[in-house]
Amino acid sequence: MTAMPILFTLVAALTLGAALLVVTTRNLVHAALWLVLALFGVAVFFVLLSAGFLAVAQVVIYIGAIAVLMIFAIMLTRRIARDAGPQVNPNWGWALLITALFFGGLVWMVFQWPGALATQPELNPALDTVQELGKALVSPGAYLIPFEVASVLLLAALIGAIMIAWERK
Amino acid sequence: MGDPVILVAKWLEQLLAGWGLSASQVNVVMTFIGVLVLAVFVLLLDIFMVWVERKVVARFQDRFGPNRLGPFGLIQPIADVIKLLIKENITPAGADRVVFNLAPIMALATVIMLWAVIPLSPTVFGSDVNVGVLYVVAIGAISTLGIIMAGWASNNKYALLGAFRAVAQVISYEVPMVISLMVPVILARTMGINSIVQAQSVWYIVMAPIAALIFLLSAIAELGRAPFDLPEGESEIVAGFHIEYTGMKFGMFYAGELLHALTMGGLFASLFLGGWRGPGAEAYPILGIIYFFIKAFFIYWVIAWVKYSLPRVRIDQMLNLNWKVLTPLALSVLIVTALLDKLLAGAPIVVYVLSLLAANLAILLTTSRLLRRYARSGRQRVAQPAPIATPERAVAISPKQNASA
Repeated sequence: MTAMPILFTLVAALTLGAALLVVTTRNLVHAALWLVLALFGVAVFFVLLSAGFLAVAQVVIYIGAIAVLMIFAIMLTRRIARDAGPQVNPNWGWALLITALFFGGLVWMVFQWPGALATQPELNPALDTVQELGKALVSPGAYLIPFEVASVLLLAALIGAIMIAWERK
Repeated sequence: MGDPVILVAKWLEQLLAGWGLSASQVNVVMTFIGVLVLAVFVLLLDIFMVWVERKVVARFQDRFGPNRLGPFGLIQPIADVIKLLIKENITPAGADRVVFNLAPIMALATVIMLWAVIPLSPTVFGSDVNVGVLYVVAIGAISTLGIIMAGWASNNKYALLGAFRAVAQVISYEVPMVISLMVPVILARTMGINSIVQAQSVWYIVMAPIAALIFLLSAIAELGRAPFDLPEGESEIVAGFHIEYTGMKFGMFYAGELLHALTMGGLFASLFLGGWRGPGAEAYPILGIIYFFIKAFFIYWVIAWVKYSLPRVRIDQMLNLNWKVLTPLALSVLIVTALLDKLLAGAPIVVYVLSLLAANLAILLTTSRLLRRYARSGRQRVAQPAPIATPERAVAISPKQNASA
């Protein structure tokens, strides 16, 4: 288990560094590519927590769909690939304050939880986490209603997109 | 005796342990060696694929193909590789250097990463992750990123247009592909590819022929091979996203494409043709590797057969096939399979297989009827005489009508 802290530190440094470059780099396509690296780092965290399904879903959704969509949007918009304007607006102080408060609150909340400093327990290797997740999503005692609400929301978004794109005759 | 790979691995493990390494250190070293061996094996296979591809296309076009260097021209690909390696590497002016050089690496690396979850035999596989099928989709998502990077960093409008086309095609065809992948997952009740292979006492192509067909078609589209090779339409956008690449950088795209075709063959073989399963494969795992590659190369040959027999489709035909045929078909097959699977729980295997096969054939028949009717109405519409200057048409495009619309 000694390899885990080293791996975690490396991945965390990579993720945070990439996230910092997302907001500091001038070239928007480079920013999007750094964002991809940051999102990939989050996927690696899921792997380190033995949540393989979440890791793969993170890659499929965030890199495969969202990042590609963002890159498309940047490339299809004229003359914004290179941003020459100022990188901060006058409200940056307030933004910093709110971010710091929010981060402090999150850290405080995590440390309120008794399991925050516990080491990760070994998972039972016979347990199929994907099957457990699938059962939890459709069992009435667990997450059936949130799951169905989310699917209705996605369906509504899908129909809305079709309605917007519909060619009126 | 039937499993030399594991034998060698066991011997190496003992050797490393004899050198005084702890169990976890041995594990790490063995994992690295395993990754290295698999990747090198796959890349060597890739060189051989150049020869296979050229021989296959030659046979389809009634030629001999490479036949001068070595027996059957077998040394030809080595010469090709040397030629690619010593060619000059040109980076176009204004190119984004880092991204430009990263793109071919991603194109080849993502294909090699797919081999991590494809089981070669009951005992030889990279990793039996329980989300194998989804992993394949995720790696496909990363490979689209490589295409965009290549197209954008080249600083060439044809490369960018080609990348847009390629990504649009890959993303659209991912939808029916993912849905069709869900059918073997339902049948095997797991997403791990090795477990799916183990569950195939009857090959899934018998129980899910439509899903297999959809997977094959969308795999061909994802590969960007004819008839779906619009991303490299020579007459329109020269060569697509890799137009600016020279030497080995182009070679990596080329190698990635060839290997991707074989990888798709391997995936198809694992998901629908029983992978390494065959007579004696359980007792002698080395036979499993042979069975697997026979099946994978067969599917590769089918893909090549399609490529060299059909002309390129138009972009509207490509999108219509995806959104109006394959996606609804895949969804209906998924629903029917899920329902039948639930209804036939506990039924004998013969009944189960035959009713799934019958349901698939019924869906296929209905689809072909619908498609025939659609094609007929399309032909009638085109065959109708449509004079340009008729009174009704004149009214339809008059300025007054336009203003009110």
